[in-house]
Amino acid sequence: MAYEFDFSLINPANMKVLGEGMVVSLEITLTGVLVGIVWGSILAMMRLSSVRPLSWFAEAYVTVCRSIPLVMVLLWFFLIVPQLLQKTFNLSAATDLRMTSSLIAFSLFEAAYCSEIIRAGIQGVSRGQLFAAQALGMHYGQVMHLVILPQAFRNMLPLLLMQGIILFQDTSLVYVSALADFFGRAYDIGERDGRTVDMLLFAGLVYFVICFFASRVVKRLHKKAFI
Amino acid sequence: MPYLFHWGVFLEQASSSETYLDWIVSGLKVTIAVGLSSWIIALLIGSVLGVMRTSQNKWASGFAGAYVELFRNIPLLVQLFIWYFVVPELLPGGDAFKKMSPVTQQFLAGVICLGTFTAARICEQVRSGIASLSRGQRNASLALGLTSSQSYRYVILPMAFRIIVPPLTTEFVNVFQNSAVASTIGLLDLAGQGRQLVDYTARPYESFIAVTLLYCLLNVAVMMLMRWIERRVRVPGFIGSK
Repeated sequence: MAYEFDFSLINPANMKVLGEGMVVSLEITLTGVLVGIVWGSILAMMRLSSVRPLSWFAEAYVTVCRSIPLVMVLLWFFLIVPQLLQKTFNLSAATDLRMTSSLIAFSLFEAAYCSEIIRAGIQGVSRGQLFAAQALGMHYGQVMHLVILPQAFRNMLPLLLMQGIILFQDTSLVYVSALADFFGRAYDIGERDGRTVDMLLFAGLVYFVICFFASRVVKRLHKKAFI
Repeated sequence: MPYLFHWGVFLEQASSSETYLDWIVSGLKVTIAVGLSSWIIALLIGSVLGVMRTSQNKWASGFAGAYVELFRNIPLLVQLFIWYFVVPELLPGGDAFKKMSPVTQQFLAGVICLGTFTAARICEQVRSGIASLSRGQRNASLALGLTSSQSYRYVILPMAFRIIVPPLTTEFVNVFQNSAVASTIGLLDLAGQGRQLVDYTARPYESFIAVTLLYCLLNVAVMMLMRWIERRVRVPGFIGSK
């Protein structure tokens, strides 16, 4: 039995709906990566700092984020964030905060993973560099800014981008809140037209093409940038 | 108004024969069953693929490479939906699958999806484990007159598996975390029961806290098990061994 694919599903109207969904997916990914890198750097520095409570906090944060399934994290945020925001800003209960919730959830979750990459990047720079810079009379800020971080960043950039690609795949999990990202919209169109099979395969193909080529680019970059 | 916790909710009757606590326990059992079954499948497929990836045969290593790319670049959720909704429509055995009870269908789809997904990651770990062995090991075993498959069986794989226990720990933990995705097709695992509890009891905080803690506990248990294995199989003379 050969399955007949319905190529008429790939029409302008559907593409517009899917495109809007893709914008949602990309928005979440970009926000997650940017906030994740900023908050992740802070966490990494806390983790490496000699102030004990700071490094404990960072370690606990990362451990907790890594031991809870992302699905549960998202469910938690869809539960808590709307209630908090509605109370703080006196919003009506009907305000749709699913997008805000998922942005916050992915950013905070992503930061845990980024901080581990950044920490490894900083620790991966050889100790001799630190000593050499200090021997040249640089103070801590200069050592970090001029010697350690530029090297660390070159080494970890590809890993951070790879993490971004993984995050892009994970954004499909906003399905649990029925937020209409690319996957949600594709599935909805499939349900509406009774063509779930076609639309699911199409969605899989789109994700595959994007992630495959993106990771190719990142691998190239890795070869170029790696010291 | 502060939130008033009411932990007694778990002892209330969910139906004539069950309390809500029973729901959570059954969810935990499903999560463990899904996790362990997919882990076994993943280890089997992943090891075979990992060996293929390092083999001299271009077709074998090409196939394993394509497998890894395919399963790595499609989101887990999409893979799950494809296994659950699409594959039974396209494959000849699909009708038999659709005649099974919904719970069996969800369980099977979840296990196959997680197993094949994790296999791609294990393949890469096995490959890097084999690559990290010095070339001398393979050459020495060939010089002793072992065939290629014998050298894998007696020399390379026993070493490679002992070396990759730490990264496998991460993958094992991930299997349980990823299994929560199966709740999206209606499987009543831990996450699924958690969502059902919220609907039935209107006690979101208690339900989610209980479920989240159980996931954390499961993680700790897996880590302790793997640490124990790691201590027992550690290769003397390698980094991390005493």
